[in-house]
Amino acid sequence: MKKHIQMQLNGQSVEFLCETSGTLLHALRDSLQMTGTKEGCGSGDCGACSVMMNDTLVCSCLVLAVECSHADIRTVEGLAAGDALHPLQQAFLDNAALQCGICTPGLLVAAKALLDKNPDPTETEVRYWIAGNLCRCTGYDKIVRAILDAAQRLRGNASVNELQP
Amino acid sequence: MEYCAPETLAEVCAALSNADGPVRVLAGGTDLLARFASGMPRPSMLVDIKKLAPARVIRQLPDGSFEIGAACPGIHIRADKLLGKYWPGLSEAMDLIGSVQIQGRATLGGNLCNASPAADAVPALIAARAHCRIVSVAGQREVPVEEVIISPGRTCLRQDEFIVSFILPARASRSADAYLRMTPRTEMDIAIAGVAVNLTLDDSGVITDSHVALGAVGPVPVFAVAASRILLGSSLDEEVLQRFRRQVSVMCRPISDKRSTAEYRTDVTAVLAARAARIAYDRAAADIAS
Amino acid sequence: MTKKSAAIGNEAPGMAPTIIGTRPVRPDGIDKVTGRARFGADVNLPGSLVGAVFRSPHAHARILNIDISKAQALPGVKAIITAEDLPVISEDMALINNQPPDFRDLSANVLARGKVLYEGHAIAAIAAIDEQTAHQALLLIDVEYAVLQHVVDLHQAMEPDAPLLHEHLITKGITPAPKKPSNIASRYEQVHGDVEAGFAGADIVISEEFTTQPVHQAYIEPHACMAQVAADGQTDIWCSSQGQFMVRAYCARLLDMPLSKIRVIPLEIGGGFGGKTTVYLEPLAVLLARKSGKPVRMQMNRSEVFKATGPTSGTFISLKIGARKDGTLVAAQGILCYQAGAFPGSPVRLGCMTAFAPYNIPNVKLIGYDVVVNRPKSAAYRAPGAPMASFAAECLIDMLAQKLEMDPVALRLLNAADDGTQTAYGVTFKHIGYRQTLEAARQHPHYSAPLGPNQGRGVASGFWFNIGGPSSAAININEDGTAVVTTGNPDIGGSRAAMAMMAAETLGIPYDRVQVLIGNTNAVSYSDLTGGSRVTFAVGMAVTQAAQAVIEDMKRRAALLWSVEPAEVEWLTGNAVLVAEQKQLSLADIAGQAARTGGPIAAQANINAQGAGPGFATHICDVEVDPETGHVKVLRYTAVQDVGKAIHPSYVEGQMQGGVAQGIGWALNEAYLYDENGRMLNPGFLDYRVPVASDLPMIDTVLVEVPNPRHPFGVKGVGEVPIIPPLGAVANAVARATGVRLFDLPMSPPSVHKAIKKAARRRR
Ligand SMILES: Cc1cc2nc3c(=O)[nH]c(=O)nc-3n(C[C@H](O)[C@H](O)[C@H](O)COP(=O)(O)OP(=O)(O)OC[C@H]3O[C@@H](n4cnc5c(N)ncnc54)[C@H](O)[C@@H]3O)c2cc1C
Ligand code: FES
Ligand code: FES
Repeated sequence: MKKHIQMQLNGQSVEFLCETSGTLLHALRDSLQMTGTKEGCGSGDCGACSVMMNDTLVCSCLVLAVECSHADIRTVEGLAAGDALHPLQQAFLDNAALQCGICTPGLLVAAKALLDKNPDPTETEVRYWIAGNLCRCTGYDKIVRAILDAAQRLRGNASVNELQP
Repeated sequence: MEYCAPETLAEVCAALSNADGPVRVLAGGTDLLARFASGMPRPSMLVDIKKLAPARVIRQLPDGSFEIGAACPGIHIRADKLLGKYWPGLSEAMDLIGSVQIQGRATLGGNLCNASPAADAVPALIAARAHCRIVSVAGQREVPVEEVIISPGRTCLRQDEFIVSFILPARASRSADAYLRMTPRTEMDIAIAGVAVNLTLDDSGVITDSHVALGAVGPVPVFAVAASRILLGSSLDEEVLQRFRRQVSVMCRPISDKRSTAEYRTDVTAVLAARAARIAYDRAAADIAS
Repeated sequence: MTKKSAAIGNEAPGMAPTIIGTRPVRPDGIDKVTGRARFGADVNLPGSLVGAVFRSPHAHARILNIDISKAQALPGVKAIITAEDLPVISEDMALINNQPPDFRDLSANVLARGKVLYEGHAIAAIAAIDEQTAHQALLLIDVEYAVLQHVVDLHQAMEPDAPLLHEHLITKGITPAPKKPSNIASRYEQVHGDVEAGFAGADIVISEEFTTQPVHQAYIEPHACMAQVAADGQTDIWCSSQGQFMVRAYCARLLDMPLSKIRVIPLEIGGGFGGKTTVYLEPLAVLLARKSGKPVRMQMNRSEVFKATGPTSGTFISLKIGARKDGTLVAAQGILCYQAGAFPGSPVRLGCMTAFAPYNIPNVKLIGYDVVVNRPKSAAYRAPGAPMASFAAECLIDMLAQKLEMDPVALRLLNAADDGTQTAYGVTFKHIGYRQTLEAARQHPHYSAPLGPNQGRGVASGFWFNIGGPSSAAININEDGTAVVTTGNPDIGGSRAAMAMMAAETLGIPYDRVQVLIGNTNAVSYSDLTGGSRVTFAVGMAVTQAAQAVIEDMKRRAALLWSVEPAEVEWLTGNAVLVAEQKQLSLADIAGQAARTGGPIAAQANINAQGAGPGFATHICDVEVDPETGHVKVLRYTAVQDVGKAIHPSYVEGQMQGGVAQGIGWALNEAYLYDENGRMLNPGFLDYRVPVASDLPMIDTVLVEVPNPRHPFGVKGVGEVPIIPPLGAVANAVARATGVRLFDLPMSPPSVHKAIKKAARRRR
C-alpha cells in the first residue's frame, strides 16, 4: 500500500504518495515533478541528487521517501529568491563553472551547505567538500573558483572577477 | 516492504521481534539503500532507528568512558570536539567514510553491521577496545567489537537484536589513537588497506599499552595482538618499527580482488601501520608535554 | 591559485572584434543553475509507461529460447519486445553512404539476435505501468542459453584458436583474404617513406610495448529517452544525444521507417564525450510505444551504462622509434591493436594517424588491427583512438630525451611538424601552431619551477584533426530587432554562447539581443553530430553565413526604404548606413518596418564546412609519488593549446581542463575490470574511479591563437586535443619522479608500487 507523506519542500508544504521502497529522489522527480535534482547513479556515488534534508546535505537517492515525513527538504529549485539568483548561481554563471550542467544542481546545493557552515573556505576545503559531487566536464577548476568567488561575494566583498581587469 | 521508525527501545525491540518475515535495521541507509538499488531482495520490514534517542547520543560518562549512539551520523561524530580530543583516530576514521553527503547519514552501527572487511571505522573501534551494547526483547549484552563480524556480510547479531551504542573505555593519560587507510582516490573510495593504532605511553615515552587493528586484509577486520605486543616497552625506535612492520605483514591474510592485489595489500598495510603508529605515538607524547 | 589563462598570438587583422573573445554568461545558463533545464530523463508525458531492458548475464552465449509468457501475464505489463520485433536489415541496407555504423551490427547491439556477445547485451525490453512492475516483469523473463567460451582479453582474442564472436568474420585489409574467420575484423596499414632505410640511418633505436585499458566516457547523465507513436505512425522521440539527426537516421534505418515519420526533439545533454553518438534505448522505446499505444519513458541505470554502452578501446601497442645522435627522428614503426568490443569498429585507424602527427618523421610504418572481444561495443570517446597511441609515442619520445640527456621540449622542438610538413597519413599541414605550443610551454613559469623529492615533471604533446561537415543554421529577426539563431546541434559545453557571440559579432548587435535555439529535426535543416570538435568551427561558419545573409537582406531593405541602390548601403556595427546622405537605420528600425520591405526577415545557411584547422597541444604535469605506497598525486598541471581563436575563452579553457581531468583519470585509475566469467566487476562510480575534486589541482591553461584562415573568426576545434597529452604527460612525470617507467595504464597505486619494488629488487 502506498504511504501518504507530507513534507516541507523549499519552504512549501507538499504531499504525495509513495511506495515504502521509493527514494526521496524519485518522489521529487516523479511524484512532485521537481526534476531539478538529477540522478547520475542511484547509489550515492555521484552527488547529482544532492539535497538538504533538515539542514543536512544528503544524497536523495539514499533516502527513503517515507523517512521524509514532516522533513524540511531543500533543492536547487529553492536556491533563487524569485528571479534573484543566489550568489552561488551567479558565480557559477560568471565563472563558466558548468559545461553540460547535469552536475550543477547537486553542486550548487552542496556548495551552499559548505558556505552556510564555512563562509571562508580554502581551495582545499572546497575540493574535499565537493568530492562527493562528480563532474566529468569541467575538471573542477572553474567550479572551485566559482565557489570561492561566491564565498567572497557572500562575505560582502567584490567578486573575484570584478577585481580583475 | 513495511517501514517503521520507533522512538523507544521497547518499540524497536518489539518491531524487530514481532516481524513475521525478514526484518532489517535501517540506520543511515548508505549501505542498505545502495544494495537495494543494485537488486538485493528487500526485507518485509525496515526498522528505522534514527528516531531512537539512546542511539543518537554522544556523551562522556563520569568514569571518562564515551558512549556513542549507533545511529549517530558521521557529521555528529566529527563535530564532537571532546570525542575528537580523546579519540582522534576513531573520529578521523569515521570522517573518511564516503563524501559529505554520505557523512550526513552513515553511522558507526551501520559501518560495523554491514560487516565489510574494508569498513573504515571498525579497525579504529577495535583498536580502541570498544564494546557494543546489543539489545533485544530478551535483554542486553555487551560484546567487544572484534567479535561482532563473523564473516564478510555476517555478524553475530540475531535478527531480533540491534546495536544501540558503543562504549569506548576511559582514556589513560598519554594515550592516543590514529587511523590511516590507502585508497587510489583521495575521497569517495573503499579502503585497499586500513590500520588503526592505539597507544599509551608512560611519562618517559615508553609504550605501555598498544592495540592494533587491520582492515581489508582478511575476511574480517584483524585484531593484530601479536603485532601490537612488539611495540610494548619501546619508544618506537627504528628497529622496533621494522619488526612491527614485519609482524603486521605476517598477520595480513588478504585476497586479490578488483581493488588490489594481495601482495600490495600486505606491503601497504605494513607501511600504513608504521605511519599510524608514529602518528599515535606523537599524539600521545604531545599529551606528555601538555 | 593560478591566474586566468594568457592569450598568445595575433588578432585577425581588419576590424577589431568586440564580442568574440569576451566571456558573457551563456544563454542557457539561468535554466541550468535553477534546475529548469530539461535533460534526457526530465520529460514525462501523462499516461506514459516505464520501459526496462532485460540484459544478458553471460559474456558469450547462444540464445536457445526466450520465454516472455510469464512476464506478459503480469498485470501492468503493456508490451514486450525482442529482436524478433526488429526488421531484418539486408546487406545492401547495412551502411549509409558506405560509412559506419553497420546497421546490421547496430541492430544486433540494441537487441541481441541469436547470440549475446557481452554481459549486459540487451535481449528484450518491457513497457509497464510503473518502474516496479517493469522490474518485476524483468525477473519473469526466462531465457535459455548455451553458454559459450568467451574472450575479453585482446591477446587471447587474436589467437588462432580463440572463441569466435562472429562465425563469418573475415579480416578485411589483407590480400589475399584469409580463408578462416577470426576475431580480427580488419587490418590497416599506414606507410610513409621507407622505414627500413630510416632505421638503418638511426644511431639510437628505442622500442617498447604498451597497454591501455578500456575507459568509459562516464558522462554523469545516464542514457534516457521518451517515445510516442501516434495512430498514423508519426513518431516523436525526446532524448539527450549528441545529434538529433543521428537519432532520427539511426532509428529510421533500424526500424525501417521513413525519416519523415520521425521527429526527434533534442533535450539538454548531460555529457557525451562521444558516447552519445549512437543509439541504445531510442529504437526500443519507439517499438514499445508502438506496441503499447502509449508513450514510453526509458532510462539506464549506472550499471547498464557501464556494461552496455561504449567505453573506448583497450589497446596493445608496440612501437619503435629511431633517431640520430642529435635527436633528429628518422623513423617510427609499430603495431597497434585495439579492442572494438563486440562488433567491429575500433578507432585504431585514427590511432595510427595521430600517433606521430606532431613530428616531422620521414619514415613511418604503422599497422593497426581492429579486434572484437566479448565486451560492450566501443563508442567514440573524445579524440577517438588518439590518446592511447599518443601515450605510447610520447613515452618513447621522453625516453629518447632521457637517453640523449636532452630537454624534452627541446627534443620536440627539434622535430616539430610545421606548416608544409607532410604527415605520415598523407595530409600536408597548413596554419598549424604546434611549435608555438612548445615555445609557450618552455617559457611558462611552470616549466622551470623547482621540484621536491619524489616529484617529477612530465611533458607530452598531442594532435587532433578537427572536422567540419554538413551543418545548418537559421536566423530569424524579430520585430524588435532581436535575433533568434536556430541550429541542429545539441549544446554540450556552452556552444549556444559561441553561436550567439558569432551571430552578434557579425550582425553588429549586442550579445544579449541574440537567442539560440536547438531545433528539433523538423524545425531546422540537417546537421552532423555534435562531436569531433566541429560545432564552433562548422556550425559557427553556418551561423556566420546566415548572419551575413541577414545583413545583405537588411541592406536591400534599407535601400528600398531610402529608395537607393543596395550597393550604396553599408552595414556598420548593426546599422545600415547611407554614407553619402549621412543616413542610418538600425537593425531594429528595419525589422520594425519589415512589412514595408517584403515581410519577415530571416536567413538560413546550409553548408558542408571544409577547412577545419588541426589542433595541437603540449602539456606539463608535475606529480609526487609516494615511494612506499605507489600513490601518485598530481601537483600541478599546465595545458598549452593552439585553439585558433577562442570565441568564448572560458569555455575553451573548460574544454581543456575537462579533457585534462579525463586524461588524468585514464592515466591513473580508470579501467574496466572483469571476472573470470567475463562479467564486469566495477560497474559503478565507487570502483570505476573518475577523478574527484580533491584528486586534482587547478589546471592552468594557455591559449595559443594561430588563427584558421578558413573560418571567419579563425576557429579551430578545441574539444578533443586536451584529452590526448595527459596520458603521456603523467606517465613521463611518474617515470622522472621514480626513475621507473610504467608502460601499462592505469598507473594505479598497486601497479606503481609493484614497478618500484621490481626495480629495487633488480638494483640489489
Ligand atoms: C558513496 C559511498 C561511499 C562509501 N564510502 C565508504 C568508506 O569510505 N568507508 C567505509 O567504511 N564505508 C563506506 N561506505 C559504506 C557505508 O557508508 C558505511 O558502511 C556506513 O557506515 C554504513 O552506515 P549506515 O548507517 O548508512 O548503514 P545502513 O545502510 O543503515 O546499514 C548497514 C547494515 O547494518 C545494519 N545495521 C545498521 N545499524 C545497525 C544497528 N545499530 N544494529 C544492527 N544492525 C544495524 C543494517 O541492517 C544493514 O544491514 C560508503 C557508501 C557509499 C554509498
Ligand atoms: S544519484 Fe544519488 S549520488 Fe548519484
Ligand atoms: S558540467 Fe557536465 S558533469 Fe559537470
